[in-house]
Amino acid sequence: MDVFGPDQQNDAAGCTQVSCGSSKDHVDALPDSIRDRIKDHPCYSEEAHHHYARMHVAVAPACNIQCNYCNRKYDCANESRPGVVSEVLTPEQAVRKTLAVAASIPQMTVLGVAGPGDPLANPARTFETFRQLSEKAPDIKLCVSTNGLALPDCVEELAQYNVDHVTITINAVDPEIGAQIYPWIFWKNRRMRGVKAAKILLERQLRGLEMLIEKGILVKVNSVMIPGVNDAHLEEVSKVIRAKGAFLHNVMPLIAEAEHGTYYGVMGQRGPTQAELTTLQDACGDMNMMRHCRQCRADAVGLLGEDRGEDFTLAKIDGLEIDYQAAMKERAEVHAQIEADRTRKKERAADLKAQLQLQSGAGSARTLFTYNGLSVGQTSKDLSGLPADLRPVQMAVASQGQGLINQHFGHAKEFMIYEATPTGARLVGHRKTEQYCSGDTSCGDGETTLQKTIRMLSDCEAVLCSKIGFEPWDQLEAAGIAPNGEHAMEPIADAVMAVYRELYEGGALDAAATTRPISA
Amino acid sequence: MSYQISDLCVSCHACMDVCPTKAIAQGESRFVIDSRACSHCDGDYAVSQCASICPVEGAILDQFGEVVNPPGSLTGIPPERIAALVAEGIL
Repeated sequence: MDVFGPDQQNDAAGCTQVSCGSSKDHVDALPDSIRDRIKDHPCYSEEAHHHYARMHVAVAPACNIQCNYCNRKYDCANESRPGVVSEVLTPEQAVRKTLAVAASIPQMTVLGVAGPGDPLANPARTFETFRQLSEKAPDIKLCVSTNGLALPDCVEELAQYNVDHVTITINAVDPEIGAQIYPWIFWKNRRMRGVKAAKILLERQLRGLEMLIEKGILVKVNSVMIPGVNDAHLEEVSKVIRAKGAFLHNVMPLIAEAEHGTYYGVMGQRGPTQAELTTLQDACGDMNMMRHCRQCRADAVGLLGEDRGEDFTLAKIDGLEIDYQAAMKERAEVHAQIEADRTRKKERAADLKAQLQLQSGAGSARTLFTYNGLSVGQTSKDLSGLPADLRPVQMAVASQGQGLINQHFGHAKEFMIYEATPTGARLVGHRKTEQYCSGDTSCGDGETTLQKTIRMLSDCEAVLCSKIGFEPWDQLEAAGIAPNGEHAMEPIADAVMAVYRELYEGGALDAAATTRPISA
Repeated sequence: MSYQISDLCVSCHACMDVCPTKAIAQGESRFVIDSRACSHCDGDYAVSQCASICPVEGAILDQFGEVVNPPGSLTGIPPERIAALVAEGIL
């Protein structure tokens, strides 16, 4: 959505728009040819994920490398993080499930194979799934994520199906650093370790990337940010993959808890703070950065942030009769409707942008307008009086969309994390509340969801929501996070800046307070 | 004796895909090795394939019943660290 004022769009510090991380990470910054190819891809486009759904099928359980952030043993019903899945499917089951979901959720556009192992270490199962789907559901785009070891051998076959996006996880381009992340690889029929193994893996990743680009396949690169291991190196990774033609870089925070049993979890390796992640993403500014990734499960189904995997278990889809021709027709109609709506919204936004430029040119104090339920605040004029060197503040926002603070604290399954600075508010990430086990006795963990949520938001200084109960109110305050329900139904960016101003006027941003500890 | 798979197996399919004699199949709760078909990879590879790709320590036993990938050998996690977390109820 292109609704920025001219100042914000060119502002290196980012923009005040409600659903955008910075001018550089927005898909609007991409060339038209690529934008057109990802416009209905919910994972690549922050905008598309409001309209389109995706699903992952778990047909690829085997892996050919070991990563220090992965534990192949872990599978818990409450678990929800990448690489974890409850139900591994045969290609036939996966095709049946995909057709059932595509018939029930007409917004579905993309089918991904993302593990729990490496899809290309399971070429027979992955490609059989792709082969059948490209025949039976030619309107569904196919997606694959890989560690890259087997990638150069698979490019030819990938190009034969409807695969036009591939994600490669590249955590390093320096084998010395790679060796700290990958304890071993399985290569040429033996297990290899150390720098020699990492060198092979890293070379294969980059060669695979080059080969895909030659075939005209879009490549996104995922990197896991591991403080003290590859954090200082990822800027270099970003440069290299950009030079080789990747179109998007998704730097994700390491998820490591002792109870996951991963090397990093057990050895106490911490994940990055939101501030560290944001700083790195900003430093990689020459590359298009992805900032809205929800790190979905390998068997996620539906719109992002609303997993409907449980509605489509094998038992539930077994009895379903699917007329896919009819479903495909309906899907085409639904998609045409979605695109018509988006075009209409874009035209109105462009119109409003023109108005906004006129008004700001006329020196109006503040412009606030609403279209299609989405309020857009032009806050730059309102920021005068804030010292330019004020420290940034992070806030969590509970929202169900439309760019408004419109969700009860207790109902939020995820929070949007905003950063307020004297130049405006910007979205820097999302965090799920029940990302891990919900803390019942079966997992041997006494911590409640509320406590986990508070811990997860510990680097935020305020939580903005439409309403909040007494108990979470007290506990948030005790944790040094100010609960705030005063901006219910207001546009997020404006409310964040209003709270930022209150903090400033209340003296909370004084020099003495800049030492506030930021914890993970 | 052939190679065997213990109940630590997580059914990831990796061994089945690389076995040169197709001795491995999916069982009820874990993968199983057909002892008549298993050749320990003799004549095919210098090292046994299932043991070389298995990601789970202790899941593969060799022809002498010995664990091929002992605790700590694949993940690098010291076994006493795991034991401590188990004692604390974390793992």
